[in-house]
Amino acid sequence: MQVHQYDVIIVGAGGAGMRAAIESGQRARTAVLTKLYPTRSHTGAAQGGMCAALANVEEDNWEWHTFDTVKGGDYLVDQDAAEVMAKEAIDAVLDLEKMGLPFNRTPEGKIDQRRFGGHTRDHGKSPVRRSCYAADRTGHMILQTLYQNCVKHGVEFYNEFYVLDLAMTEVDGVRRPAGVVAYELATGEVHLFQAKSVVFATGGVGKVFKTTSNAHTLTGDGMAVAYNRGIPLEDMEFFQFHPTGLAGLGILLSEAARGEGAILRNSDGERFMERYAPTIKDLAPRDIVARSMANEVREGRGCGPNKDYVLLDLTHLEPAHIDAKLPDITEFARTYLGVEPYTEPVPVFPTAHYAMGGIPTNIGAEVLADNDNVIPGLYAAGEVACVSVHGSNRLGTNSLLDINVFGKRAGIAAAEYSKTADFVELPEGAEGDTVALLEKMRTSDGTERIGAIRKDLQELMDANVQVFRTDETLREALDEIAKLRERYNNVGIQDRGKRFNLDLLEAVELNFLLELAEVISVAAIHRKESRGGHFREDFPDRDDEGFMHHTMTYLDPDSETDGIKGMRLETKPVIVTRYQPMERKY
Amino acid sequence: MSTDTSTETPEPASKIDLPDHVAGDSGSIPSFDCTFQIARFDPEQDEEAHWEEYKVTMYGTDRVLDALHKIKWEEDGSLSFRRSCAHGVCGSDAMRINGRNRLACKTLLKDLDTSKTITVEAIKGLPLEKDLIVDMEPFFQSYREVMPFLITSGHEPTRERLQSAEQREAFDDTTKCILCAACTSSCPVFWTDGQYFGPAAIVNAHRFIFDSRDEGGDMRLEILNDKEGVWRCRTTFNCTEACPRGIEITKAIAEVKQAVLQRAF
Repeated sequence: MQVHQYDVIIVGAGGAGMRAAIESGQRARTAVLTKLYPTRSHTGAAQGGMCAALANVEEDNWEWHTFDTVKGGDYLVDQDAAEVMAKEAIDAVLDLEKMGLPFNRTPEGKIDQRRFGGHTRDHGKSPVRRSCYAADRTGHMILQTLYQNCVKHGVEFYNEFYVLDLAMTEVDGVRRPAGVVAYELATGEVHLFQAKSVVFATGGVGKVFKTTSNAHTLTGDGMAVAYNRGIPLEDMEFFQFHPTGLAGLGILLSEAARGEGAILRNSDGERFMERYAPTIKDLAPRDIVARSMANEVREGRGCGPNKDYVLLDLTHLEPAHIDAKLPDITEFARTYLGVEPYTEPVPVFPTAHYAMGGIPTNIGAEVLADNDNVIPGLYAAGEVACVSVHGSNRLGTNSLLDINVFGKRAGIAAAEYSKTADFVELPEGAEGDTVALLEKMRTSDGTERIGAIRKDLQELMDANVQVFRTDETLREALDEIAKLRERYNNVGIQDRGKRFNLDLLEAVELNFLLELAEVISVAAIHRKESRGGHFREDFPDRDDEGFMHHTMTYLDPDSETDGIKGMRLETKPVIVTRYQPMERKY
Repeated sequence: MSTDTSTETPEPASKIDLPDHVAGDSGSIPSFDCTFQIARFDPEQDEEAHWEEYKVTMYGTDRVLDALHKIKWEEDGSLSFRRSCAHGVCGSDAMRINGRNRLACKTLLKDLDTSKTITVEAIKGLPLEKDLIVDMEPFFQSYREVMPFLITSGHEPTRERLQSAEQREAFDDTTKCILCAACTSSCPVFWTDGQYFGPAAIVNAHRFIFDSRDEGGDMRLEILNDKEGVWRCRTTFNCTEACPRGIEITKAIAEVKQAVLQRAF
């Protein structure tokens, strides 16, 4: 087995990981371990933009952005983190421009800005143009620009290295990261990486759902690895369903379409968002629009042979305007549904998009061991983390912002920490669990197939844990997940080889998905209220007295929660600085 | 008051009449049977790649990637290929489909002739690792050698560097590259001479050479004036045809050639 030593290990090479690497790589000996080639990361699929109160095209300021973020998150946002993000947004955008990002420009040559859902002027008075963008390819441009700058700074990548474990060692009564265990896909070898500090930036877990905008590779790896080492997961019940996925496919059509003037219609041709959000209509936050769409379908006003989707109407927009501002998403509609958006409305339905929850961190991107203590040397940023700037519902564009602001913070902090810290001794046989797991999987000869179990899990989650939830649907989900885990114990893979054994990889990923689906469902059962992306039909109102707190889920062998052995739920206070909870109307 | 810079569109109607085919029934989803020939190669057992045949039933708007997944998940778990986003933006799944380089996730089966066998093999010109997976390292090496990052000098401005919409337009096309290697691995010059930078590296050099903010153009042009540089291009247009992002690659290479001549080393 190969053993490597670096000051800083960054796990994941999407936006957050590479933003961290650019900072860390210039300060400390850094390596980035990534399951995919960096430019394959799902940051590249983000479309609409990155908000910052540059005020390039109209009056704006970071305080309004903070307020929108807090209100958009239905007041479950930690307000200190939202302030940091909105303030540092301006430099984050300017940093990217200086790194070379080709933003769209105003006639004066400045970075252009456009409207986006939930972003308003003066605390909700009207939509504001805050999103900095590069056509509908902003994520692609961010990913490329960050990779280009990693090349410029000579950042060391280990491509197609899949991190399967975090080695932790107790030093003077405090648990600290000692390194990570990685599986090299090309050779099948296990590598041990010792490091003084470790940054997790592994992205989300959209593949627990069937209808999702997420890549096949978004299987919650970092969340599961952390959880299995006793680190809590925060607010996992909050999952964002993006309103406009291509119907039946889930491929994302950016909110920028509505920012540029597109609207939603039901089978009566009605612009139904006028009823649900009279002030900002189609530009209401995503949770509200997604629920409104699902409600239209439930009440029989859906379109198509099964009346199971609504329509995104761009036909009143000028084709030249569409080509200039929304070229990619209109091409998706043509390629995948054969619909011409110039002349026909596009079938859309909510698609699982973003995990608001994740590994808990503070504003310094330090991972929390519990409500009061950090794990020295361990950091997380981006979708894998929960800082929490998104609360119970993330505003559009704030994820590209999150990865840049907190990715940068994590990179600087991890490098600075490594300058004064010593290496922590690796636990004896740190790679043991991983080697055993891989060998067990490689030789597994059960009768169950990975693809079948995963399909059943995804359909179950779509049916029971999606936009509308009840105690009954959630408990049914838990029962079924338990059965799927039983079946998983009898799984058999067919590829017995060492090199590029992606059959084996998918088996490991599926185990993570099953674990996290359970965490999501249990957390959702316990939140007996409706807030942001979590809507309980049996508790349709927000309950600030009972639930104005974060959910912390721990793996704990001695506990039992809802019949799930080994899981413990606790709560964590929400940090409130400026804004007291108010009714959320748009 | 807003200093709006884009044309405001008029407020759309609250209600419109939808044609029946849009609002309601549009018929059932067709299914069709496909036969695939896939080039398989197991580096731990095989001397060279061989064809294997698979028959699958697919539906409506399924893509080649869906068929590969169906084979992997239901028939043969050892079939190996890279993929991630599944909608043509991550660049993982470039492969030769019926002899043409394409992304498996962007190639709809209904657009192929499903009455005939569909062939799928790894892209050419890069070392074959397993089944449809090739070693991408030589490809990224060429990319890195053209200095694919913004080069500037002097003091950094406090705010953004200004750039007009026209200046931005000059390199817009080449910013779309997703580094899938469909172009480079379709180039006959690259097949015979692996040292050639290849179209993707030149596209990424173009992206910076024509960026008004960049000051590294001369260095990149010097690199591409090398014997393995732009002059190896024989203008066969394979790359332009292969590009899943619709980049006019041959035109971009011609612009780089022009720039080399104009700067005349």
